[in-house]
Amino acid sequence: MSVLSGKSNSYRNQLIRRARRKMKIHEYQAKELFQKYGVPIPRGKVAFNVEEAKSAAAELGTYPVVIKAQIHAGGRGKGGGVKLAKTSSEAEEVAGAILGMTLVTHQTGPEGRLVRKVLVEEGLEIEKELYLGMLPDRSTAKVTIMVSEAGGMDIEEVAASTPEKIIKVQVDPLLGFEAFQARKLAYGLNLEPDLVKLFVPMVTKLYKLFGDYDCSMVEINPLVITKDRNMLALDAKANFDDNALFRHKDILSYRDLDEEDPSEVEASKYNLNYIKMDGNIGNMVNGAGLAMATMDIIKLAGADPANFLDVGGGASEEMVENGFRIILSDPTVKGVFINIFVGILRCDILAQGVVEAAKKVDVRVPVVIRMEGTNVEKGRQILEASGMNLTVASDLTDAAQKVATIAKG
Amino acid sequence: MSIWVDQNTRLLVQGITGREGQFHALQCVAYGTKVVAGVTPGKGGQSVEGIPVFNTVENAVHETKANCAMIFVPPAFAADAILEAAEAGVPLIVAITEGIPVLDMMKVKTYLKSSPSRLIGPNCPGIITPGQCKVGIMPGPIHKPGPVGVVSRSGTLTYEVVHQLTRQGIGQSTCIGIGGDPVNGTNFIDCLTAFEKDSDTKAVVMVGEIGGSAEEEASEFIAKNLTKPVVGFIAGLTAPPGRRMGHAGAIISGSSGTAQAKMEAMRKAGITVVENLGKLGETCKKVF
Repeated sequence: MSVLSGKSNSYRNQLIRRARRKMKIHEYQAKELFQKYGVPIPRGKVAFNVEEAKSAAAELGTYPVVIKAQIHAGGRGKGGGVKLAKTSSEAEEVAGAILGMTLVTHQTGPEGRLVRKVLVEEGLEIEKELYLGMLPDRSTAKVTIMVSEAGGMDIEEVAASTPEKIIKVQVDPLLGFEAFQARKLAYGLNLEPDLVKLFVPMVTKLYKLFGDYDCSMVEINPLVITKDRNMLALDAKANFDDNALFRHKDILSYRDLDEEDPSEVEASKYNLNYIKMDGNIGNMVNGAGLAMATMDIIKLAGADPANFLDVGGGASEEMVENGFRIILSDPTVKGVFINIFVGILRCDILAQGVVEAAKKVDVRVPVVIRMEGTNVEKGRQILEASGMNLTVASDLTDAAQKVATIAKG
Repeated sequence: MSIWVDQNTRLLVQGITGREGQFHALQCVAYGTKVVAGVTPGKGGQSVEGIPVFNTVENAVHETKANCAMIFVPPAFAADAILEAAEAGVPLIVAITEGIPVLDMMKVKTYLKSSPSRLIGPNCPGIITPGQCKVGIMPGPIHKPGPVGVVSRSGTLTYEVVHQLTRQGIGQSTCIGIGGDPVNGTNFIDCLTAFEKDSDTKAVVMVGEIGGSAEEEASEFIAKNLTKPVVGFIAGLTAPPGRRMGHAGAIISGSSGTAQAKMEAMRKAGITVVENLGKLGETCKKVF
C-alpha cells in the first residue's frame, strides 16, 4: 500500500528522514513561528535554568505544568525528557532533574545529548491526539500534507502497519493549497463540524508558514483536541531547506551550535562538507559523488574511512589547507588520502597548493595523493620533489593499495 | 549522431559576465562550441571576448537564433533564469547552478510540464558530445568521440568514469550529468530513451548514487526497453545510514535507496554492475 502516490512506505519514511537532515530548530522556536502565523499552541515559556523554570511555571498560574527537554532529537518522552509537575516545588525538582541530564533517545545515538534548556507549558486535558505533517515529495515535485487519527505514535510505524489511516493531499506549487484540500483532510480525520472550523484555518496557516520559510518539513505530533473542544499543536517540529536560508536570516539566528558536531560546524565555516565517521583513513575529495566512491574504494581495499569530506567541484589551496586541518584534528586518523579530479584547473597548481597547505598545518601522518587532469605529470613532479611524506598514486586502484598499506602499518 | 547537443547547437550563456560564467563560456568556445550570445540583465550591448551580451533571453534568441541556454546565475535568481529561457522558447536549458531552493525548483518543474523545453540539471556538470559541442563545466580533453553514452548524477565522478573509458580507448557519443538535486529536470529514463533511439550509441554507462529510487526505476526501464548493453556503478556502498552526503538526494534509510538495493535492481535488469570504481574502464572494455 502506498502513502505517497505510487510509492512504497519505506520510500515515504526515507523522505521524512531526508527532510530531517536539513537545518533543525528547537520545539520552542518552532512554536514561536507557529504563534506568529496564528497556529494555536499551549501557553508556555523556555527556561535555561531551574530558577527560570520555576518562575515560568508560576507565571502560567495553573498546575499541572509539563516540562519538556529541548534537544534536536525525537523520542524525548520515552527517554525521560518530558515530565509532569503538579506543584511549584515539583516543577523545581523536575526541571532540576531534566536540565543537565544526558538524554538518550533512539535518535541521539548511545552517547545521548546534554539538555541545556526546557520548555515549561500548561498541562492540557486531552480528548484525542492527531498527526499532521508536511514535506516536499521529490518524485512529484509537490508538497505533501499528511494527517492521521493515529496521533502521538511513531507515524512511520503507522504508515507501515495501517497505511489506510493516513490521509494525504499534494499541493500544486503553482496553484497553492486549495480549500477543498483542507476539507478533504478535515473530513478524513472524521472531525465534527465545530472542529472542522478550527482545523481548516489552522492547516491553511501552517502551509503558509511552510512556503514562506522554505521548510523541508513541518510536523505536529500530536495535534491535540482538548476536553473543552480546542485544537492545539502540543508538539512542533520545523526543518528548513539549507539552500533557502539566504532569504530567511531570522531562521539562521535560531541555529543552536550546541546541537551540532563541533568538527562539522568548523567545516561548515569554510563551506566544506564534512561528516565524521569511525575509521582511521582521512580522505579529502572534490565532489560528493566521487567522495562517496572514494570512501567505497578505501573500504574495498580493507581499510575504513575516518570521514567524508567534499571540498567542492573546484579545489583551492585554502580549501585543501582547511580540509587538512579538520581531518588532522581527529586523533584517530593514521593516514590521509587525497583524491582530486582537477577538471579544468591544472594539476601543477593543485600540487603547489597541497605542498603549501601541508607546510602550514604540520601534517603528522602519511598522505597518499591521487590526482588527475591537465598537467598531471608536472603536478606529480612537484609533489615528489617537495621532500614531504607524500606518496603519489598513479590511479585509483594503485591509490587504494597504498592507503591499505598505511592502515595496516 | 548523438543526443541533444551537436555541431548545430547555438549556445547562449545566462550569467556570462560573472566570474564563473565568463570562464566556462570561454572554455566552451575553446572546445569548439558555437557560443552565440550571453545574457546579463543591465549589461545588454556589452560583449565578452566578442560574444554579444543581451538584457533578456528573448532578445538574445531573436538576434542570434540561439537554441540552447547554459545557466550560471546565482541560486537566488536561477529559477527565474530557467523560466525566462523556457518562455523564450529555448529548447534545451542546462542549469549548472548549485544550491537552488527546493520550493523554487518545484515551481519550475511544474511549469516545464506544459513547456516543450528540456531542462538538464540543476547542480550538474552539463552535457557534452565529444568532438562537437560542450555545454557545461567538464574538462573537454578527457573525452573522446565514440559509441558509449554516459549518464550520471554526479560531477567529478562522471569525469573519473569518462577518463577511464578514454584511457581504455573507448569513446563517448554523449555524456550527461543530470545533477544531484532532489528536484531536477531530465532524469535517467529520459537519457536512456534518447540513447536507445540514437543509432551512434552502441552501449551505455550509468552512474548512480545512494538515495531516492531513480536508479531502481531506471533499471526496470532498462530491463523492458533497452537493447544496448549497460554497465552500472553506484557510489555510496559504505555511506552510513541516514546521513546527508552533500547531495540532498544522497540519503539512505532502512533497506531502501541503499547501494546494495540499487546494485541488486541493476543486476536483475541485466546491467553489468561494477563495485570497484577503479575497475570500471576495464569492465567496459570486456563488456562492450
